[in-house]
This record gives sequence, C-alpha cells and structure tokens, in this order.
Amino acid sequence: MTDKTVPQSGHTVPTVFTRDMLDWLPWLEPMEAEKMSQHHLDSLIDASRVKSPYFRLLARDPDVLAARTRTDKDIFYNPEAGLPRAERELAAAATSRLNGCIYCASVHARFAATYSKKVPEVEKLLAEGTGADLDKRWNAIVAASVALTSTPIAFGPKHVDALRAEGLDDEAILDVISAASFFNWANRLMLSLGEPTPAAS
Amino acid sequence: MVADVIDTLADIAPGSKLDLARNRRTVARQQAQASYLSLFKPATMGGVSAQERYAVACFVSGLHGQPQSEAFYGAGLSEAGGTAALKAAIALAVAAGKTQGPYGAFPKGPLSVEDTTGMIFKVAPDIALALGRRLVAAFEHTHMLVFHPRDAASPSLQSLLDAGWSTTDVVTLSQLVAFLSFQIRVVAGLRIMATKV
Repeated sequence: MTDKTVPQSGHTVPTVFTRDMLDWLPWLEPMEAEKMSQHHLDSLIDASRVKSPYFRLLARDPDVLAARTRTDKDIFYNPEAGLPRAERELAAAATSRLNGCIYCASVHARFAATYSKKVPEVEKLLAEGTGADLDKRWNAIVAASVALTSTPIAFGPKHVDALRAEGLDDEAILDVISAASFFNWANRLMLSLGEPTPAAS
Repeated sequence: MVADVIDTLADIAPGSKLDLARNRRTVARQQAQASYLSLFKPATMGGVSAQERYAVACFVSGLHGQPQSEAFYGAGLSEAGGTAALKAAIALAVAAGKTQGPYGAFPKGPLSVEDTTGMIFKVAPDIALALGRRLVAAFEHTHMLVFHPRDAASPSLQSLLDAGWSTTDVVTLSQLVAFLSFQIRVVAGLRIMATKV
C-alpha cells in the first residue's frame, strides 16, 4: 500500500523572516505518541519533544534522530572554550537565512538576539539577508557561514584569516564550521518535511 | 571499531592540532560518527537497502564535488554490490545535475524579490533504466535538497511515496541527504583549517 502525504490547509504561511514564535506542520505522518516504543521515545532525548510533530516524524528512524540531537546539543550548548553561544547561534541564523528556512531562522535569530543583546544587528540580518553590514566580527562569521552553505562549498583560507583577524582561535573557528554545517543538515529537514505557520497564541 | 569518518575524509592525524581542537567537542565528534553509522551501518536496513543508501551518498558527494567523499562512498557502494552500470549511471546523473546553490522561491510576498531560479533536475531516460524507479525518485528529490531545499514541498514527497518509498523510508532518505550536507561541509572546513594551522 502506498503511503500518502498529510494534507495541510487553512493555515497561513509566514512570508518574511521573523523572530516571532512559529509552529511547524508536517507533510508526512508523524508517529502517534501512544504507538511509540521505548526505543522511539528514547530517541527524542528530551521527553517533552513527544509533543512536537517534527520530532515524532523524525523518530521513525530513531537511531539517527538520537545521534543528530546529541550532535546538535554539543555543538550549540557545550560551554567549554570556542565561540560564545550567541555567535554559534548567529552562524545558525545566517545559514538558515541563506538557505531560506524561515522556521530555523526564527528560532536561532531569537537565540542570537537573546545571548548577544544585539537586537538591531539580528533584525538587519533577517531583513536584508546575509549581505547585511553588521559589524566586522559578525560580518566575518556570516561570510564564513555563507561560504560553507554555498554549493559548491566556497569556504577558503581567506575566511579563516578574516575570523582570526577578529580574534577567533582555532576552537572558535571550528565552532563556526560546525554550527553552519549543522544547519545545512537541520534546514534541509525542516524545509522539506513540512512548513511553518504562525504559533497559536 | 570503525574509524572516525570525518577524520578519515579530512586526513586528521591523531595528536595533531586539529585532532585536539576537535576533542573540545567530544560528544559532537562521537555523535557525528554515530549518525554516520546509523545511516550506513544501521542495526537493520529497514525499507532502504544498503545499495540505495550508498547510491544516494555517491550522488550527493558528486554534486558537491567532494573527491574524498566520492571515493569513500563509492567504495561503500561497491561493497554493497553496486554494479558498474549503476556507478556509470550515477556518474552521468552527477554530470547532468551539477549546478550552484542555494536557489529557489520563497512563499509569495515581500521575499519574492529574492527568488532565484535554477535547474529542476530530472533523471534522463537512459540513466533511469539503470537506477530503477525508487532511485530515480530519490535522485530527483535529493537534487532539490542539495541545491534548492526551499523549493521542497508536499508533491515531491508524494512522488517518493508513489515510487515505493514508505513514510519511514522518506525520513531515512531525508536524514541521509541532510546529514551528508553536514558531513561534507565539516570535512571541507577542516581541510581548509589544516592548511592554516
């Protein structure tokens, strides 16, 4: 029997990049929470994610979901050394802006703004795109993220030089690479398996 | 134990400066490897065969022009029983599909001024025969994920389902292409870093 996509209708779709809260509607059938085995539930890592249709959809392949989530958390939340959290979030937001993932950009622009307190710069990135002039350090991080996100990949020695000139050490540059690369993973799932809609208030 | 694939593809030597820098994110390093294993050496293949997994990986690596990944997943495809005819078909699909991304359309509105058009990849009939129905649908979807993910929409998922992919198979396929988009970029970044340390 051939599976069918999930029809979604009657909702509005955001048409601009925003820091507002968004929901996400799946185009494929997520697992039903009651029918998930312990293996499936464990793959969510955070038990509260059972409420999320995105994670219940990805739980259909539990082992890769669990590994994906643990990769994500260490790249973004590990406080040891490297790039400040705000700028890991900036790399994620810039990558999402370039790929066109309005949902991912909303989440990580919120985090970038919260941790950096640089709300005007974050808003400018969302409004104008990855060519926006922010400040020298943020421009270097955005440019590196853009080069990594382009296909073919355009990241080169000049991006490393620009990041070093702004005071990033090797660990911090690896964090830029990891954060931008990870969002090339996340954006593709979010963009292709469903669509955003304004959060129910 | 299987060697760390990112280290292998990026030629990271144990004890090198980059090896030590990578160890500052030990969990991310281990879990990137666990992600690779769960996609290419899973406990059970489920509905997606090893040959399909490696064929898609060869296509993704080729579209990125990443020679180390192409060689690595090409060897995997051979081990999974991929024939010379299949490999030739993948090489032709890569040559036909190479372009520059990301492009695509935004939802109609203020962002429409940023819409950029590009190739909508269709597998040529002579290649399709060697790939088979499931891989034809997978390659057309994969090309969109690689180069213009914001064009993805429900109809392309239905094409996969119609070609015999189950909903769970589509999740696995999507994770595989998206994961490789990550892995290939980390490797590319590390290879540039290696020239600068």
